[in-house]
Amino acid sequence: MGDAAHAHAHGEHDAGHCTIWLDGERRRAPIGASVAAALALHGWRGTRTSVSGEPRSALCGMGICFECRVAIDGVPLRRACLVTVREGMEVSTHHA
Amino acid sequence: MRELACDLLVVGAGPAGIAAACAAAERGKKVLVLDENPGAGGQIWRAGTHAPPRAAEPWLARFRASGAELRSGCAVVEGDAARQTLWAQDAEGLLRTRAESIVLATGARELFLPFPGWTLPGVLGAGGLQALAKSGWPVRGKKIGVAGSGPLLLAVAAWLVEHGAHVAFVAEQAPLGRLARFAASLAFQPRKLAQLAALRWKLRGVPQLFSSWPVRANGRAHIDSVELATDGEPQGFLVDALAVGFGLVPETALAEQLGCALDASGAVAVDAEQRTNVERIYAAGEPTGIGGVENALLQGELAGASAAGDARAAHTFARRAARARRFGRALERAFALREELREMPDDDTIVCRCEDVRWDAARELDSARETKLQTRCGMGPCQGRVCQPALHFLKGGRADRRRPPLLPLTLGELAELAADRTTLEHETSR
Repeated sequence: MGDAAHAHAHGEHDAGHCTIWLDGERRRAPIGASVAAALALHGWRGTRTSVSGEPRSALCGMGICFECRVAIDGVPLRRACLVTVREGMEVSTHHA
Repeated sequence: MRELACDLLVVGAGPAGIAAACAAAERGKKVLVLDENPGAGGQIWRAGTHAPPRAAEPWLARFRASGAELRSGCAVVEGDAARQTLWAQDAEGLLRTRAESIVLATGARELFLPFPGWTLPGVLGAGGLQALAKSGWPVRGKKIGVAGSGPLLLAVAAWLVEHGAHVAFVAEQAPLGRLARFAASLAFQPRKLAQLAALRWKLRGVPQLFSSWPVRANGRAHIDSVELATDGEPQGFLVDALAVGFGLVPETALAEQLGCALDASGAVAVDAEQRTNVERIYAAGEPTGIGGVENALLQGELAGASAAGDARAAHTFARRAARARRFGRALERAFALREELREMPDDDTIVCRCEDVRWDAARELDSARETKLQTRCGMGPCQGRVCQPALHFLKGGRADRRRPPLLPLTLGELAELAADRTTLEHETSR
């Protein structure tokens, strides 16, 4: 969370960050960050629940394992490690 | 459907793809490069929130100046070799790409082997954690264990130290004696020796363990500690994350789908000019066998030059590429995986993360294919990218082939793809 707090300290006018929505919560994320990184920066420890109910999060970091899949702007099955954050982006870990 | 046509289509914008694109574009060819990542560079030269490594800069500059067109965020989902056509998916949907020649520079993926607790959040690939960290995943101040096998472990550990992580250990499964002999064989390759010395210097103070591998990752909703076996002796470490990879696997799914033959090691078979057995389809870099970045650049230049019809230039690269390939094979022998790793999963260990298939359900089944039919192992969204190479290691036998489409598509997209295939068949048969 240290990095996230650091990002907040830069304030709303910091050109190096954008505003995104993570499961309905408003958050700042560094420009160029992946959605997977933004979730981890803000303390999201899992991105999905497995078919037998286990928490899961990114494994491969390069679009192979699909463990980090989330819904982005309503589109399901997006690989959070391959998508870069964009101003106003809505990310949901509940519908993947 | 949108259609893009060019002389040369390159799949993958890592070192091999960039080199191939440059070589062909500089010889006047219209080149299109498709890559599913957000930017050029592949995994090794990935940028994101960080600057790309210095070694990448001249290549990225040459690539930008070459005139080759890059489509990032664009993943190939299906191909038709006879019609030199690939279908790909980007943020706007499907598109059709056609070319006179195709270079497959699809890179490699990490080999993940199952052990108790490996599905916990916070257990990541070694290359995987580095890729994520380059895109902003927090590592500063975190206590991270690095385990598995291969030269990537040292590179990742050194990168993590440079970026403020506390690396708890580097656990390499290969025995020290075998690696020492390999290092001694580098005596005539001063650049490689210097690279190794630089990595060891950056990692001074970090425990480097050999004949060591993870036995269990512990934690409730996230890893908090890991147990290793080092020379058979148990050892525990408190960690915030474990970065673990057991080497690299050539990414051959698209090549296989296009009908390219594989060699005995499971890599795409190519001739001295990087031609596959399928006419006008070339392969370069890791899909032809794990060889590292220098090998990938040479093979890429060679493939690009030969696809552009420059046989003389191709010939000069071919000799250097052969040397690089020999180094790749020596690496493979030095870091060969030991038998004991087949004992890592216990009954309860998940082997297929998509379908939560446990080892006790899969252990007795004959082959990877049989396991898939009986247990759904490999039938989830990753289509066996993770579990099939692991099963291949655990059980032997060939990994089962991935079938089209290469990525999960919506029913609407599947219908669109089928309709476009029919349209294309009509167009080309006329």
